[in-house]
Amino acid sequence: MALDAQTRAEFIAAVRRFVEERLRPLEAQVADEDAVPEEVVADMKALGLYGLSIPEEYGGLGLSMEDECLVAMELGRCSPAFRSCFGTNVGIGSQGLVMFGTPEQKAHYLPGIASGEIVTSFALTEPEAGSDSGSVRTQAIWNGEHYVLKGSKRYITNANKASLFTVMARTNPDVKGGGGVSAFLVPRSSPGLSVGKPEKKMGQQGAHICDVHFDDVRVGPELRLGAEGEGFKVAMQVLDRGRLHIASVCVGVAQRLIEEIIAYAGARKQFGQPLANFQMVQAQMADCKTEAYAARCMALDAARRRDAGDNVVLECSASKLYASEMVGRVADRAVQIFGGAGYVADYGIERFYRDVRIFRIYEGASEIQRLIIAREMMKQGV
Amino acid sequence: MKVLVPVKRVLDYNLKVRVKPDQSGVDLSNLKMSMNPFCEIAVEEAVRLKEKGAATEIVAVSIGPDQAQETIRTALAMGADRGILVKADAEMEPLAVAKILEAVVAEEAPGLVILGKQAIDDDSNQTGQMLAALLDWPQATFASQITLDGGKATVVREVDGGLQTVAVELPAVVTTDLRLNEPRYASLPNIMKAKKKPIDLKTPADYGVDAAPRLQVVKVTEPPKRQGGAKVKTVDELVDKLKNEAGVL
Repeated sequence: MALDAQTRAEFIAAVRRFVEERLRPLEAQVADEDAVPEEVVADMKALGLYGLSIPEEYGGLGLSMEDECLVAMELGRCSPAFRSCFGTNVGIGSQGLVMFGTPEQKAHYLPGIASGEIVTSFALTEPEAGSDSGSVRTQAIWNGEHYVLKGSKRYITNANKASLFTVMARTNPDVKGGGGVSAFLVPRSSPGLSVGKPEKKMGQQGAHICDVHFDDVRVGPELRLGAEGEGFKVAMQVLDRGRLHIASVCVGVAQRLIEEIIAYAGARKQFGQPLANFQMVQAQMADCKTEAYAARCMALDAARRRDAGDNVVLECSASKLYASEMVGRVADRAVQIFGGAGYVADYGIERFYRDVRIFRIYEGASEIQRLIIAREMMKQGV
Repeated sequence: MKVLVPVKRVLDYNLKVRVKPDQSGVDLSNLKMSMNPFCEIAVEEAVRLKEKGAATEIVAVSIGPDQAQETIRTALAMGADRGILVKADAEMEPLAVAKILEAVVAEEAPGLVILGKQAIDDDSNQTGQMLAALLDWPQATFASQITLDGGKATVVREVDGGLQTVAVELPAVVTTDLRLNEPRYASLPNIMKAKKKPIDLKTPADYGVDAAPRLQVVKVTEPPKRQGGAKVKTVDELVDKLKNEAGVL
C-alpha cells in the first residue's frame, strides 16, 4: 500500500535520523571489526527495517515499491554494510516466499522475517553457476517422501546469520537449463546443511558471504516454493524486484558521496582558493550530481510503473545497470577530488570506493542487465 | 492514571535560526519544523510510565496551526494514545497556552501533566509553572528523574550546583530537563499505526479562553558575533592583559 504524503515524510525523516545519529558514527568501527554491533542490529529490528517489504497482514510494512525505493535511498547514505543486515529479508531472501509461497508457508515464516527474528538468505550462485544461473548443479531428487538436496552454493549473503534459505536446486536432471530447477525453503537447522567461513572481501566489511553445503539434506514437499520446475521463474522475479532496491541504494550512496564532496571542495584550499572554485573540479561535481539525479529519476519512474502493474523488466535492469555504474564513477571522482585524503582511510572515501564495486556485480552483473535490456527491446520492439 | 503531555511544534533543533530583516521575529518560511526536544523527553517519559504500568493512557495536546498535527502524530508514533489539537494560527504566549491547558485538564482529568521545561524557540520557561498556579496543583520543574509511588511523585530536580529531590502529591505538573531520558526513535510500524489514532480538533474559543497577546515584542536581534581570540608570547604578557585589559585579576 502506498503511504500518504505525511506518513511518507515521517517515515523518511525517521530513517534519515536513524542513519545520521545511529549508523554513521559507527561506520569506521564496523569496517575495522568486520561486524555490525548486536545492539545496532536490535535497533534496526525495532525500527522495523527487516519488514519493509513484508505484507502488513504478516507483521511487515508492506511498502509500495516507490516507498521502498525512497527508504532505500536514505539507507544508502551510510555504509552499505548496515543495509546488508536486513537487505536479504527485504529483498532476495523473502520475496520468493511473498510472491510464490502458500498461505501456510507465509503464515509460518513471514512474521518472523518481518520482525528480524528470522534472517533469510538466497542461495542461487554456485561454483559453476553465477551469471549463468540456469546451469544450477545442486540437486534436489525426490525419493518418494522427501527431496534430497546435494551440492554447494557460493558467495551467499548473510548465510552465516540466516535461519532460512531460499535454495535453487535441480529437481529434474534430465532437463538442462532453468526448466529443471525448483525453489525450496530450507531451514538452517536441517541435518546435513553446513555454512562455510565468511569470505575475505574487497569492501563492505561487516556484511558477510559464505559457502553453503547441502549434504543429503531432506526437505519435505511442503517446503517447495512454487511448482516443480518453477525455480528459475521464482529466481528471476525475485531478482527483478531487488534491482530497484539496489539501484536506490546506489543513488543513496552517491548522494552521500556528493555531500562529502561539497563539504570538502568548499573547505579545502589550493592556490589560495577553495577547490570548488576550480572549473575542473566543478565539472566533476556537476557530473556526479547530474548522473545521480538521472539514476534517482530512473529508479522512481520504474518503481511507480511497477506499482501500477506495468511490466518493468527492462526498466528494472536499466535502472540497476545505470545506478550501479553511476555510483562507481561518483566514488572514483570523490577519491580524485579528495586527492591524497581520498586515498587515506581516515576520511572513509576509499572505503566507499571499495564498497560500491560490488553493486555492478551482484543481483545480476552489468553484462547480464545489458543482455536482459537487449532481449526485452527485441521482444517489445521499442 | 491518565497522563497529559503538551507538545510544541518548533523550528528543528538542527537548523540555524535567521532573524527577519525588520527584527520582528525569526524567519520560519520553508524551514523544517519538529517537536521541541524537551517535549520529546516528556513524551518519552510518559510512554515509559505506561510501559511500567504506572500510566494507563497518554493524551498529547498541541496548541498551534494545522501543521501541529504532525507534531501530535510524532507523539502518537512514539506511543501516545490520542491527540488534541487546539488550533491557533497566531503566536501563543505562555499564559494563553497555560489557560487553554487548564481547560483541557478540566475536561480530561489527568493524574499527571508532563511537559518540557521550555521550548527552544522562545525559551520562556513559564507554561508549566503558570499551569500549576492556575490549577493550584503542586509542581516539580526541571526533572531529571521521576518516580511514581501511590498518590505521590518523587522528582529529582536539576538545580544550580546540584540536585534537589522533592515529593509532590498527585495530580501534579512536572516539567522535564535534558537528562531525564533519551527519547526513542518512532519505529516505522508505529508511524503507520499512529495514522489510525484519533486527534480531536478544538479552538481556544471552545474552551472559552481569551488567547489575545499581552506582550509586545519590541525587537529580535542575532547574538553578537564572536570576537577572535589573541595569542600572547609570554606568561608576563598574559598576566598583564588579565590585569589591565580584562580586569579579572
